Amino acid sequence: MIGIFAFYLFATLTILSGILVIFARNPVHSVLWLIVAFFNAAGLMLLLGAEFIALLLVMVYVGAVAVLFLFIVMMLDIDFAKLRSGFTRNLPIGLLIALVLLAEMLIAITAANSGPLIGDQPASTAQSNLSAMGELMYTRYLVPFELSGIILLVAMIGAIVLTHRDRGDVRGQKIHHQVRRDPEEAIRMTTPESGKGVEL
Amino acid sequence: MADVAAGYLPILLFLAVALALSSAFVGLPMLVSRLTGAHRPDPEKLSEYECGFPAFEDSRDQFDVRFYLVAILFIIFDLEVAFLFPWAVSLMGTGWAAWIAMMIFLTELALGLVYAWQKGALEWE
Repeated sequence: MIGIFAFYLFATLTILSGILVIFARNPVHSVLWLIVAFFNAAGLMLLLGAEFIALLLVMVYVGAVAVLFLFIVMMLDIDFAKLRSGFTRNLPIGLLIALVLLAEMLIAITAANSGPLIGDQPASTAQSNLSAMGELMYTRYLVPFELSGIILLVAMIGAIVLTHRDRGDVRGQKIHHQVRRDPEEAIRMTTPESGKGVEL
Repeated sequence: MADVAAGYLPILLFLAVALALSSAFVGLPMLVSRLTGAHRPDPEKLSEYECGFPAFEDSRDQFDVRFYLVAILFIIFDLEVAFLFPWAVSLMGTGWAAWIAMMIFLTELALGLVYAWQKGALEWE
């Protein structure tokens, strides 16, 4: 009973916030609605018993991806009113893309009848789905896993190459220079006479 | 409802209680002050204090691209941790191949970390 209630709650909120992502006029607001959608999708995953996926959704998508989206949206110096002014001019292309997406979705929906579903029933409840996932990922899908590692490396290096610039005028702290200093060289003890200064 | 989800029921209850309490704490003072207090705002009253900055301005300010760099580095290491969880749980069943594969994966990302460190991408200046 509570499960059904929770399912409809999360599903409704996911769809609602998904609609609001599209219809929000301010792109920052639509990213915030996207975060709500991610949270509710995590709730749906939890109801399915996929707790690792649910927590991963919160950790990776809400914690990292949404923040990145926010940065990108806020960083783009775009006048959105100007962007919308070309609406009628770009309408044919937009309609074409929308049609292609609609066709893809229809094919995906009808494809469910063409063959047996993979995940119709949960395989077994004796094994937690975290370890089941690990066993599949690190035996059968070992090569895609390694490839994902390389993709992450490329993404990291690419981001650094694209955005990092060396500012030569910055004088950072060099801790090893500070630690290496010898008190004998740094301090000189003198006893100046009264009325006279210290020779430097 | 799956058995796993049933274990999270207390969290759902906590969530509902927290939501109710927080909306009460926000809503009640607003309601009470609206009903009992005088409500005469003027521009000077609604302005920031001396030390504040204007709270409402165009958010589409250009700011430092390094925020983006930090966010992307965070995503990458976040994903690394996400990959480590199923690996650690299933290591007894998957054996040496999985162990070596993960070590290669970790080495790749460690190389990336060394690169970022050497380029000074982690420093804010």
